Amino acid sequence: MARAAVLGRLTWQLGEVAELIQETPRVSSLALEVPDWPGHLAGQHVDVRLTAEDGYQAQRSYSIASPPDDPRVILTVERLPDGEVSPYLAGEVRVGDKVEVRGPIGGYFVWTAGEDRPLLLVAGGSGIVPLMAMIRHHAAAGATARVRLLYSSRSIEDVIYRDELARLAAADERLSVSHTLTRSHPAGWEGYARRIDGEMMAEVAWPRKDSPAVFICGPTVFVETASALLVESGYDAGWIKTERFGATGG
Amino acid sequence: MAFVSRGFKGKRRDATSSARVPPGQHVAGDFPVLSAGPTPRVPLAEWTFSIVGEVDEPKRWTWEEFRALPSESFTVDIHCVTKWSKLDTAWTGVSLDTILDNVETAADYAVAYSDGGYTTNLPVDDLTGRKAWIAFEYDGRPLEPEHGGPARLLVPHLYLWKSAKWVRGISLQNEDEPGFWESNGYHLRGDPWREQRYWGD
Amino acid sequence: MQQSDLKLDGNAIAGLLREIFTMEMTNAESTCGGCGKVHAVGRVDVYLNAPGVVVRCPACEQVLMRIVQGRGRYWIDLSGIRCLELKA
Repeated sequence: MARAAVLGRLTWQLGEVAELIQETPRVSSLALEVPDWPGHLAGQHVDVRLTAEDGYQAQRSYSIASPPDDPRVILTVERLPDGEVSPYLAGEVRVGDKVEVRGPIGGYFVWTAGEDRPLLLVAGGSGIVPLMAMIRHHAAAGATARVRLLYSSRSIEDVIYRDELARLAAADERLSVSHTLTRSHPAGWEGYARRIDGEMMAEVAWPRKDSPAVFICGPTVFVETASALLVESGYDAGWIKTERFGATGG
Repeated sequence: MAFVSRGFKGKRRDATSSARVPPGQHVAGDFPVLSAGPTPRVPLAEWTFSIVGEVDEPKRWTWEEFRALPSESFTVDIHCVTKWSKLDTAWTGVSLDTILDNVETAADYAVAYSDGGYTTNLPVDDLTGRKAWIAFEYDGRPLEPEHGGPARLLVPHLYLWKSAKWVRGISLQNEDEPGFWESNGYHLRGDPWREQRYWGD
Repeated sequence: MQQSDLKLDGNAIAGLLREIFTMEMTNAESTCGGCGKVHAVGRVDVYLNAPGVVVRCPACEQVLMRIVQGRGRYWIDLSGIRCLELKA
């Protein structure tokens, strides 16, 4: 399955929306059933193509939130205010609608449960999506790697998968989840309440001697800040893999 | 018929064809920012604009000297090869007629070059006759770096990739030398009214 | 939108590169023809908001690749890459 997921002709397929899940006020997930889906790896994405009646087309990439173990392709989409595709996927789409997708795509930003190096995952906003696929895969496969997630969101309402992350962390001592909220936090909040910085990273990240594998995903500025902080702290740049999301088009 | 996504409309595209909108274009509400690389940031104290190449005497202006040249405010429609057009855009700039005045040359072609390495080529005829400016203000304000500030070439009768952002000079040449996009699939001339987008169009 | 938002990485063109090369390219290692530094294609700087795709070296910003699509064709310039290393 792993081999099929990185080779083969990329063709557009029609997936059917089997379920819609409202994750946060601005974010929803679509669970797609894609016949003949070849399977995918945690961290990969799909391209989605929308076609209007006059033939106009728009295409965007979305990370797959579901792990390889799930036969459905789950996309988690943040509705961007001036977006063209995201308001459709996270607003208009209904159960039973069909969506054109192609994939799975990607091979660099991928983690498999067989890798047992300690894992550091750093997410900014909707950058959590591919990392969630990795965490779900870790849980489903009973992986032995120890995992630490540092997840930055604007406010508690914006934290995607919050309950599921808490549940998975409570059930698995190998997984620990740290949150930081950058714009506002609730009374009694015990997590971090500021943008990521060296001190926070030093408290959350694995010690250098553990040679961890690192995946950072989010907006470009966030990814570059996180990456620079880790390299400054002594991490080898070769341990770090990054995926930058942009507000390009939406 | 290809698959149609139920209920998808896409961004606003004016259905009405207008004599002001070239074929294949739609009118944009905003002013999209396109970029092929990091935004150059040059301190004005270091900025110069030059005319070089097949000229008797190369010319160079500092920012102060450039801003001392007669400039004009004008309103034009602009058309990007990525299919958006923007009507009635207001600029202030120095006409290339002013810049090339007193430049002795027999050259027929030009290459505009910018900070960051971008280049674009045009016939000299497309720069003269009130068709091109070095623009330093947009919408009454100093041109923002993301839109090509402090100064960009503006040649509104051709696709906007010819309006080199962050322009630093023009090289006058006897041969037409394809620039950054012209050497990689985009049309040598780029007339939006003849939809000259790609090689072979 | 911040200027920095316009810069993405090779992951953003993984699908396009699959179309062209018919294989997954983000793990390929590219040696910059300018500075000689090696980066995974998944890591190179990618500018998509342009008349074409422009790929630059994260270390020296030199253009590694340009890709234009139009009228049923691709125009591809790889001359900024000295060498591409792929798994066979």
